[in-house]
Amino acid sequence: MAADIASQGTSARTVSRRPADRLRRARFAHLVLGLLLICVSVISLTVGATDITLTDALGKIMRGEPLSRMERVVLLDIRLPRLAMGLCVGAALAVSGAVMQGLFRNPLADPGLVGVGAGAGLGAIGAIVLGSFLPVAFIDTFGNQLIPIAAFFGGWITTLLLYRVSTRNGRTSVATMLLAGIALAALAGALSGILVYMADDRQLRDLTFWGLGSLAGASWSKVAAAAPIILLSILAASFLGRGLNGLALGEATAAHIGHSVQRLKNGSILLVAAATGAAVAVSGGIGFIGIVVPHLLRLATGPDHRTLLINAALLGATLLVAADMIARVIIAPAELPIGIITAVLGAPVFLWILLRRRDLVDM
Amino acid sequence: MLDAYDITVSLGRTQILHGLGFRAQAGQLSAIVGPNGSGKTTLLRAITGDVPFGGSVTLNDADTRALKPWDLAAIRGVLPQSAVLAFPFTVIEVVRLGLQKGLSAAETDISMAALERVSLAHYADRFFQELSGGEQQRVHLARVLAQVWQPVQDGVPHWLLLDEPVASLDIANQLEVMEIARGYANAGGGVVAVMHDLNLTAMFADHVAILSGGRCLAAGHPKEVMTDAILSKAYGCKLQVNTPPHTDTTFVLPHTAQRV
Repeated sequence: MAADIASQGTSARTVSRRPADRLRRARFAHLVLGLLLICVSVISLTVGATDITLTDALGKIMRGEPLSRMERVVLLDIRLPRLAMGLCVGAALAVSGAVMQGLFRNPLADPGLVGVGAGAGLGAIGAIVLGSFLPVAFIDTFGNQLIPIAAFFGGWITTLLLYRVSTRNGRTSVATMLLAGIALAALAGALSGILVYMADDRQLRDLTFWGLGSLAGASWSKVAAAAPIILLSILAASFLGRGLNGLALGEATAAHIGHSVQRLKNGSILLVAAATGAAVAVSGGIGFIGIVVPHLLRLATGPDHRTLLINAALLGATLLVAADMIARVIIAPAELPIGIITAVLGAPVFLWILLRRRDLVDM
Repeated sequence: MLDAYDITVSLGRTQILHGLGFRAQAGQLSAIVGPNGSGKTTLLRAITGDVPFGGSVTLNDADTRALKPWDLAAIRGVLPQSAVLAFPFTVIEVVRLGLQKGLSAAETDISMAALERVSLAHYADRFFQELSGGEQQRVHLARVLAQVWQPVQDGVPHWLLLDEPVASLDIANQLEVMEIARGYANAGGGVVAVMHDLNLTAMFADHVAILSGGRCLAAGHPKEVMTDAILSKAYGCKLQVNTPPHTDTTFVLPHTAQRV
């Protein structure tokens, strides 16, 4: 009997992919992706519009020579915060994509695509335009955090609405989710438009910088605003893995096998909103990382969220820093908006997922 | 013991269960039968806590609504009617999803044993979504078995709650699944199964509750309650219950589709 089965083509194909190996491979991927992340980070510190390289600077430090003022500014005040922000934003986008896909039980859910990014953007724009109406004491205390917090609330409300509209009896309709996402994005866009119309000249300048969808405006103060929220979200995500695995069986079964489904859903929605909000607040929304990264990882190491979420953080950070590097050097000394790079890489992958899904017509 | 007392369930404005009572003993296979829309699945969903209900459900003398999800999952597994799965998990990975918290995923023994129990061990590495509907249903049964693998643990009986476990299976697999349920009950565990097939019910169940219109029409040993009169009344068509010579089991013969 066993020989009969082994001789069948489909079984022979599956033998090479033992499930125990998938989990081990996913854990091994932590290491590989971690190393890749370090390599890309080091290279990104070296590459830029000026020909200051990390090796020269490190050599000087080793020899005990002081760095020139130029070197200090370029490395410590320009490239390093930009790297830190790239890492945070990339990790946040990939993790919130993976969590959202787990929550909606669908690989096409992505905060950028279904309006959560637009909702967070509305929050950020609201903070920029209406922030001046807030009491001075409040701005003095929370000034730095105001945009991320507002973006978080914008993203949170959008995610809640989206889930309410597209999920009935524990099942999520993809069609409804995408359509509701379009409607919510349009609404957020319209409200943002009204706010932009109300803005004065100084606010318009802030908005333009913010809306570039780029890491070009990176600064230590922005890193300080976004990094704690994003790091906390990633930490929290590592506790959601098991529950999101259970949720793959549907809400009722997830509860039957012992998960507190409502808590899991609330936690996931909060996390997606916080991570997306923080990322959008500092980088203006960069697309497709949240779809591409989890999808590639699922192909390579399987859908187990216990490893997927951590790997997504690592690969998302690496990819975004790499994309930012390309954006900086491809037409140097000018810069390409990073959103163009991620869209060029990401949109075809999205179409590929659509083509591969035979059951899409039914959903 | 599983005791569902005075259960009422309403979906929207329609009341589906009207103060229904249902009891099942550990060590027995208890079946819930009745025509479409009689409230069988709704009763099971009240017992599993999937629908809001009035009344009370106690499992091993504990109110199910007072138990934490993990504690409840440790004493009862639920096999739903239709099986959904997002993302490309392999068969063995699906079975492992049922494992209790604290067991490491490397402890494949229980999951593999559960897969062997449903005769699907050779599919362990296949993608779940590549299997047929019947095979998927059996993988889910293996997942439920892995969840409450010991029928009795430290003197506490565990429970299998099965919603139409043989619905999409061929006759050989129907028998296998019923044997698994029977074996679980024989080993001291409790089994509650919503059934459509009256003959399998008569063959395997120790106790049967016959539902009609959201009420319990009769409950007891299949031989006592599965009679011409009760079944014909419940299903609204003429049915004849017989015992073939040299056997102990009754079987139900459809007579005419004429409504009675």
